Amino acid sequence: MKYFTRPKIRRVLQWRGEPISLNRRTKISEYESLVIRVEGLPRTTVINVGQHILIEGEDEENPYVAKVLRLFGDESGTQKKVTVQWYSMVSEVPLSKLKLLGREPHPQEIFYYQGPNCDDEVSAESILRPVKVKHLDGSAPFPDPGDPDSLYVKLSWDSKTFKVVDSALVNPDPAPASCPKPSLPPSPPCSPPAAAPASRGLARRALPTPDPSVMRRAALGEVRYSRASASAGKACYAAEAESLHSATKLSASKCLSAKRRNAMERTPGVRKKLELCSPEKKSMSHTDVLSQLLDEDLESEGMLAQHLSSSPPRTLSLGHRLTPLKKSRRASAAQDASPLKESTGMDSPPPSAAEDSSRELLDKSPQQGGLVEAGLPTSSVKTPRRRNATPRGKYATRGQKASTPSRQKGSKVLKEPALGALAEVDHEDSPMLPVTTPRSSKRKSARLVLSRIKVQLSLLENQQDRDSDSEEEDDFVPSKKELQSSSEEEEEGEEEAGLDSDEDVVVKKRRHASAGSRTPRSKQKTSTRTPRKTPNRKVTPSTPRTPHRATPSIPSRSRPARQPANVLEEARIRLHVSSVPESLPCREQEFQDIYSFVESKIIDGTGGCMYISGVPGTGKTATVHEVMRCLQHAADVDEIPPFHFIEINGMKMTDPHQAYVQILQKLTGQKATADHAAALLEKRFSNPAPKRESTVLLVDELDLLWTRKQNVMYNLFDWPTRRHARLVVLTIANTMDLPERIMINRVASRLGLTRMSFQPYSFKQLQQIITSRLNKVKAFEEDALQLVSRKVAALSGDARRCLDICRRATEICEHSASDPSATGLVGMGHVMDALNEMFSSAYITAIKCASVQEQIFLRAVIAEFRRLGLEEATFQQVKSRRTERRRRRSCRRSFLHESIDRLKFI
Amino acid sequence: MSKRKVGAAHMPVGECITQVQEILRQRFCRQRVPDRPGGVEAQHKHLLGLLKRTAVHGESNSVLIVGPRGAGKTMLLKCVLRDLMEEKEVQKNLLQVHLNGLLQTDDRIALKEITRQLSLENVVGDKVFGSFSENLVFLLEALKKGDRSSSRPVLFVLDEFDLFAHHKNQTLLYNLFDVSQSAQTPIAVVGLTCRLDVLELLEKRVKSRFSHRQIHLLSSLTFPQYLERVQTQLSLPDDFPDENFAQNWNSSIKAVCEDKSVRDVLQRHFNSSKDHRTMNMLLMLCLSRVSVSKPTIKPADVLEASRMCFSDAKANMLHGLSILELCLIIAMKHLNDIYEGEPFNLQMVHNEFKKFLHRKSSSMYNFEQPVIMKAFEHLQQLELIRPVDGSSAKTQREYQLMRLMLDHSQIMEALQKYPQCPTDVKQWAMSAFG
Repeated sequence: MKYFTRPKIRRVLQWRGEPISLNRRTKISEYESLVIRVEGLPRTTVINVGQHILIEGEDEENPYVAKVLRLFGDESGTQKKVTVQWYSMVSEVPLSKLKLLGREPHPQEIFYYQGPNCDDEVSAESILRPVKVKHLDGSAPFPDPGDPDSLYVKLSWDSKTFKVVDSALVNPDPAPASCPKPSLPPSPPCSPPAAAPASRGLARRALPTPDPSVMRRAALGEVRYSRASASAGKACYAAEAESLHSATKLSASKCLSAKRRNAMERTPGVRKKLELCSPEKKSMSHTDVLSQLLDEDLESEGMLAQHLSSSPPRTLSLGHRLTPLKKSRRASAAQDASPLKESTGMDSPPPSAAEDSSRELLDKSPQQGGLVEAGLPTSSVKTPRRRNATPRGKYATRGQKASTPSRQKGSKVLKEPALGALAEVDHEDSPMLPVTTPRSSKRKSARLVLSRIKVQLSLLENQQDRDSDSEEEDDFVPSKKELQSSSEEEEEGEEEAGLDSDEDVVVKKRRHASAGSRTPRSKQKTSTRTPRKTPNRKVTPSTPRTPHRATPSIPSRSRPARQPANVLEEARIRLHVSSVPESLPCREQEFQDIYSFVESKIIDGTGGCMYISGVPGTGKTATVHEVMRCLQHAADVDEIPPFHFIEINGMKMTDPHQAYVQILQKLTGQKATADHAAALLEKRFSNPAPKRESTVLLVDELDLLWTRKQNVMYNLFDWPTRRHARLVVLTIANTMDLPERIMINRVASRLGLTRMSFQPYSFKQLQQIITSRLNKVKAFEEDALQLVSRKVAALSGDARRCLDICRRATEICEHSASDPSATGLVGMGHVMDALNEMFSSAYITAIKCASVQEQIFLRAVIAEFRRLGLEEATFQQVKSRRTERRRRRSCRRSFLHESIDRLKFI
Repeated sequence: MSKRKVGAAHMPVGECITQVQEILRQRFCRQRVPDRPGGVEAQHKHLLGLLKRTAVHGESNSVLIVGPRGAGKTMLLKCVLRDLMEEKEVQKNLLQVHLNGLLQTDDRIALKEITRQLSLENVVGDKVFGSFSENLVFLLEALKKGDRSSSRPVLFVLDEFDLFAHHKNQTLLYNLFDVSQSAQTPIAVVGLTCRLDVLELLEKRVKSRFSHRQIHLLSSLTFPQYLERVQTQLSLPDDFPDENFAQNWNSSIKAVCEDKSVRDVLQRHFNSSKDHRTMNMLLMLCLSRVSVSKPTIKPADVLEASRMCFSDAKANMLHGLSILELCLIIAMKHLNDIYEGEPFNLQMVHNEFKKFLHRKSSSMYNFEQPVIMKAFEHLQQLELIRPVDGSSAKTQREYQLMRLMLDHSQIMEALQKYPQCPTDVKQWAMSAFG
């Protein structure tokens, strides 16, 4: 899809209407909309807050997409700025990460950008035009052919993973405040917005009391527990960040999360137990009736609680929402009267309207804090949130079974929407529980991981701008909104604490009573769901294959590779050069140097070059890869900002100019010719971009990138010096003086003086390398190891050679294992054999084995050499020396000439 | 081979001869891999073990088989592959790619061939799409995606390995060896070469990645072993349909091998080369003289065959020359003697020839300059003379420097056998001074 930017004509930008607020200190006034008028044309474009716009990108074909959050300018009106929420185009997502998506991205798909490192203030001048952005439900297909002008959002992208995004975040300008009202349940809990939080405050009190049943459930492997506690932690972070209401909110959030935990615990734990004790099935209708009865009971309990509390209707909503929704969805479905429930069943995720309104409130009156807005949104928002959260965890477990962690993430994220839709369908047509399933203890770990990730994410978010914070966070931090529930409800919560715990007990009893009815339902649900899910799972990971983009792959083997059977085989696998060692011994200093170099550049967001030299087999590439692994890990745990790592190898390309193509492809996934790629990269690295990650480029076998004009090398070293490039270039080659030898001055100068040279390994280091690789597998005699390492160190210091010799020695040992005197260890003899095999030249044997004719020829050659005193002779001359034989076999020529060559050396 | 029952004791001689020809020709032309590799059992075991580990354990390996031509490198590899394929576990797993340095003369062609033989996804039918660089990236990506335990091992056989070392940058070798040294799709690279110094041809980075395993095939055959091999090669197998005929044949073969003259001939062959191919060539020539009327090999056949083998092609070519051309050759020989192998041109040769004519004062060989020119060009066409490398094509043809590609002895030998060679020409050739 191409975006045609407006022709470059003068455009006039004007604020429309009066400033809605004015910051006296900074003299910045905010506006509601902006008018863009093109000179000479009658048409004007109006940009409103909440609208989606296209912003000038790095090149004309790839503008950025963003949503306007604020429009503001200084008093004079000379500077007009826009605060935006960025979206990532498919092309902006690095190709390696795009794989996480698990499917082909739609060309018109964009991702809600939640990553860090993003400057969200842009000049209004850079606005190109408004654009339509539609939120699509996770599972919904892209409209085909669709509106060519509109873009579709399904997922959010935080530079690490894709997540489902709430339509509420995307949908622009909902009708302010009035909109959510009708969606509120009109019947029993007719209005009160603050009710739900209050009731939650109620429930939370139940937790601190060490309820034996609670403990037991936790022991049963209730995964929700860990998740809930994690989210509690997250809430804490959020609370700390919140400077205004920190004290009250902290406690509030803790309480809230505790309550949530409590609420969550109840359901699955009980169900599981029930499942265990009563496996018999009952009819569906029976179940329905029972659960309905139960829900009514619960409700009445809520009523009871109401009476005690100061604000009766609120508690009612508690009873209504907390209990039925989570414990038995059936009940909530039964209460069709409430429009909220209806919306759940519909296509768009339920919270959209309500939440939008909440944001609207937030946006408009940020100073007012969480007084008014809190209750209203949370009550409605909470339901779907939790639902969202549940399948996520579940799928994480499934993902864990997949082979790679990256895939795990992808599949998790992907299936989530599908399930969400599924759950909704469930909700609509059958009284089954959409989400709460009995959990196996297996999920625990996955959940832990997930919650940890979330904590980090929320931490990140908090570091960001306040404005975008409130909006972004609520996508995956459910506690955030709850956090804003005002502190006034806290007292009520405390009052009702005792009551709540009572209620808790009652509920449990009920559960026991309705045991029979529950079990079949859950069972049935799982059985119905499985078939629906399976096709999904199968389809998503495999990318659809088009004739244009064939996937490069080697067919997989039909029989699994055999595992090593004995010590020698084990040792052989460990000694293979390909096996990646846990650590790289003997290169600690070099590792440290490279690590600190790259790390500092990444943290500073600057660029730089480094030249690494060393003879083959001294661990240059391995060390750099190790550094990258460590840095990647550090980036994953957010110690350093995220970065791209790109690797090119001079030997793995056909022409030096292909370097551009490969870099571009690995950076953006675009395919281009070498010239075009060079131009694109040039543009990319020289223009500023708001959300660029640092790039680390490893150029292996640098000397092969040499061209006559050296423009490839020049560019590679010139880009890091650009201000906005954020490019770190590590180059590897064999010779120490490569820059001086082959580079012209301006290239060598740009490479700079950050150099490092890898010395060949000494025999001690080689010995250490083998020992660390063997890692306590006892296969070698000490002396044998020493012999190998001394021999190799004396010759080349090449670790590859050393490992190969050891490997060969194990083979020789294995072959001679039938010998009864063998100890089973690789001894001196075996190593000597291997050394001889690899290092001794075969010339002597070759000459010995040659035919008489050939031997005579050689003698003649030597005689001729002696006669002439030169080590060169023509065939004629040699032949004249050979009186007894005349013929020479032409087919032997090359072989004989080799002998001649060899004789020259002797 | 034969589906006939062993019991059919008597067959017509003609049919027996046909059978013999068929069996022995298959053997000599190496259409059939021998059941066991003769004389290279240790190497066979080594290579088999190595490839098996790749196929079964997914261990990457690289190895070079080095030996002179005709030493049985390909035979060894074929034997190993046959034995390997007998195992079911291997059969289903191993992918094979065969390349030859003479066919895949550069990396572009080699890459296309690899892609085709692996039938990766950018192959449609028999065609490989994409440019050279795309193919390389694609192949590397494909190999990179695999890992030790899940993807099928690939066996790369590079025949005439030394020629691959002459490709630009040795890109293909670097990448193959790099894959074999990293945790990617398990591959085994087997190179076959006749150059002992092949490792010196490799670039240092390529060399470092090569595992330095070399299997040398150097036959330390002695003459008795050589004789024995000749005998076994000629003998008929036990399951030959006509037992009587087979017995007679085998005993006659034995008798031939013990014959004194045959032994001398074989000794001469043994001295000149020990490889299988020349031996098979000799035996093939013997075999082709067997017919229904003469159903055994006689010592005379071996002698004749040997004579054919040792005949010199260039000397034979001289027999077909005209007297004028022969005279020119003789003149060149004299020039070579006088100037000690310095190159000559047509004018010099012509002068030398004229001197000879002058002495003889006979007008018999008096030819026009253009005729001599034509004869000279004919000799050049036959490559009996060749222009000196440095001489540019700009010089007139008469003065272009040439070199004689024949030896004295060859010329004299040819003259002796030349039918009706004029005596004066012969004398001129033998005279020491032109």
